Amino acid sequence: MWLFLLSEILIFGGLFLVYAMYRAKHPADFHAASLELSRFDGTLNTAILLTSSLTAVLAIFSLQELNKPRRTAWFLAATIGFGFAFLVVKAFEWGAKFQHGLYPRAAELGTRPHGEILYFGLYFTMTGLHALHVIIGMVVLSVMLAWVLGKKATQQKSAALENAGLYWHLVDIIWIFLFPLFYLIS
Amino acid sequence: MSYARYVYVWIALLVLTAITVTTAGLNIGRVGIIIVLAIAAGKSTLVLLWFMHLRTEKRLLLKLLVPISIATLAIFIGLTYTDILTR
Amino acid sequence: MASHAESAGHHTAFPWFTDHGKRPGLRGFLTSTNHKRIGMLYMVAVLSFFTIAVILGVLMRIQMLSPDSTFLTGQAYNAMFTVHGIVMIFLVVIPGIPTIFGNFFLPILIGGEDMSFPRLNLFSWYLYMAGAFVVLASLALGTGPVDTGWTFYVPYSLNTTVNVPLAVFGVFLLGMSSILTGINIVTTTHQMRAPGMTFFRMPLSVWGLYSTAWIQVLATPVIGITLVLIMLERLFGIGVFDAAKGGDPILYQHLFWIYSHPAVYIMILPAMGIISDLFPVFSRKNIFGYKTIAFSSLAIASVGSLVWGHHMYVSGQSDTASIVFSLLTFLVAVPSAIKVFNWVATMYKGSVKIDPPFLYALGFIALFAIGGLTGLVLGALSTDVHTHDTYFVVGHFHYIIFGGMGFGLFAALHYWFPKMFGKTYDYKFATVSFIVLFVGFNLFYMTMLILGWAGMPRRYYSYLPKYTDLQVIATVGSWIMVGGLGMMFGNLLYAFFRGKKAEANPWGGATLEWQISSPPSFENFEKVPEITHGPYVFTKEANAEGKGK
Repeated sequence: MWLFLLSEILIFGGLFLVYAMYRAKHPADFHAASLELSRFDGTLNTAILLTSSLTAVLAIFSLQELNKPRRTAWFLAATIGFGFAFLVVKAFEWGAKFQHGLYPRAAELGTRPHGEILYFGLYFTMTGLHALHVIIGMVVLSVMLAWVLGKKATQQKSAALENAGLYWHLVDIIWIFLFPLFYLIS
Repeated sequence: MSYARYVYVWIALLVLTAITVTTAGLNIGRVGIIIVLAIAAGKSTLVLLWFMHLRTEKRLLLKLLVPISIATLAIFIGLTYTDILTR
Repeated sequence: MASHAESAGHHTAFPWFTDHGKRPGLRGFLTSTNHKRIGMLYMVAVLSFFTIAVILGVLMRIQMLSPDSTFLTGQAYNAMFTVHGIVMIFLVVIPGIPTIFGNFFLPILIGGEDMSFPRLNLFSWYLYMAGAFVVLASLALGTGPVDTGWTFYVPYSLNTTVNVPLAVFGVFLLGMSSILTGINIVTTTHQMRAPGMTFFRMPLSVWGLYSTAWIQVLATPVIGITLVLIMLERLFGIGVFDAAKGGDPILYQHLFWIYSHPAVYIMILPAMGIISDLFPVFSRKNIFGYKTIAFSSLAIASVGSLVWGHHMYVSGQSDTASIVFSLLTFLVAVPSAIKVFNWVATMYKGSVKIDPPFLYALGFIALFAIGGLTGLVLGALSTDVHTHDTYFVVGHFHYIIFGGMGFGLFAALHYWFPKMFGKTYDYKFATVSFIVLFVGFNLFYMTMLILGWAGMPRRYYSYLPKYTDLQVIATVGSWIMVGGLGMMFGNLLYAFFRGKKAEANPWGGATLEWQISSPPSFENFEKVPEITHGPYVFTKEANAEGKGK
């Protein structure tokens, strides 16, 4: 699983590379564009994902160390719930951008300088790809929840659950980097 | 053996988040990105070591995997910079 | 040598004719997670796609027989070199050795029973077939076959009306398959070694596969995301490569080559590993500098990931970057050269027998050397300006990829054929095939090097009349070469159906695959082997067994 996570890091890494290049070329535009985002929403989402990481590891701990499958199930449900909350906030954010015409090929965006166009192109690509991974993570965690309830995942057979947790934590880590790069440009 | 450790790490993560948001509000120019990236790296390290159990991982190669991938990425970005920044 | 279990009334356990009472025949193959069966699935697929791509190449060469040939339209020619490239690179050369011989032999070479993730292995094959199907479908469906070259450069790939998204999606699937194979190989090498099989007792072919797998895991994701960006750019106009929106087309080239240069090391490292196994066996002498070769594989994998800008000297990239990449390119030649010296040094004072596998290994050395030297011409900034985008480049990479990886694959085929199928082939005919292939190959590609130096551009469907004579010679060379290929494969195919039974160890090899039956049983080893020495130890007993027992 760690090797798979490595390849995921390199996938997002390619996007971080593109971001790095264009930010270096258009530092002022990137700053201006970032002001269009809601720092509150970004911070809220960061807190949501960090908390979901906590519930994820508590779920694994509850099964592996404490052997309390019901608690594990509740923690998994909470993690999935937080993932859903993250997506809801994201949907509101994207909706706001659509309303203001700040999406690829929109007329309003076309009037902005190049750096801002690139910023938003990258914003939707990177947060979109991240959201896709959040959805995949939620699906995997739901399967794990079913396994825990159906006794397919137990204290002895918890490898799959642990791997699912690792995947979820990686999704969290990617957001930990996306957040400052898009929302906190001073 | 309890949940406590994990909760403490979570609190630390939230504190770091608060710090990084505050820092971004200040007007400190180019240094800003270094600070926020450093804090992000710190948060990621906490997640890796504690939530992803790298602290207690015995196999050395697994502990090195993330540093290796970050290093690879850094090299790719660095070499590309030699073009983008000097044109 | 053949285990007692087989002679005691068991049907000789043939990896794909024994169904173990489960699903017989073809269905058994398509649902099996056994690494040998999966290796066979890949072999059939890879060699079929190779045939398709060779045919495309032949058609291109026919077009180039005369400057005013109307055999192909310009559009058709563009589509042909694009598809030839995509099929050869993504369906044949990159997956080739790791998926066929890596799958079949890696577990055996390290004394294991199967790969670490057998079901993931089968899934990789299905992903590979899906990607292949999508790529080939893009030829026929929608707006027509891709004409961008296998490199998909922007802005053309963003604007051309043909089936770019579909073809690109197919390559994306192939990339996913490659990553999963890489994960499997790294994990298997770490986890499935038999007791006593330390890292430094592994055959060098395993080191080749292992280094390659790291590149597969680390570099392939980058082209994955690059292809996704192409699709997003075409579908949504995000702007990252569109100059009108501030995008940088050269940045695409950076992202593309960050994978595609390491990809050529994915192609060559497994082949080099196999060659490293062959030289000791056919010189009956331990390899010269085992650790040096092992570490040079890792060095090539790492340093080779830093040189991608040498494809971009004339793209508009800054001079500073070009100088940096040129310096790194010269560095990466060093470990490859070290390997060549070590291989040749292995033969010194050895007892050399030039059986067909070794013939191909020697061919590898010659052709790889030429390819490597022409690479230096391309790696140097000044000479690259003259040769970039000419036939010189085409000649260079065919020497390296076809002469290197290709001949490595052929060597592996001839070496491991008796082991895999339990049958033997005609050595004399194999030798003659080699000669025809080798002569045709050099006639064809050496002429291309000359044509390129004289200024003939690549990817052109016509040319100035002054190049006609050399173009005709090249085409004739290609026919001889393809003839040799046909003879070689024909010989092996005949042997597959009608060959005489092979012994367990026809070459006197000392690595683990020669200690089991030909063909191997389902579990490979009757009992878990205990390793007490390195892979190239030729004792007196091994010598006696090797010669005709």
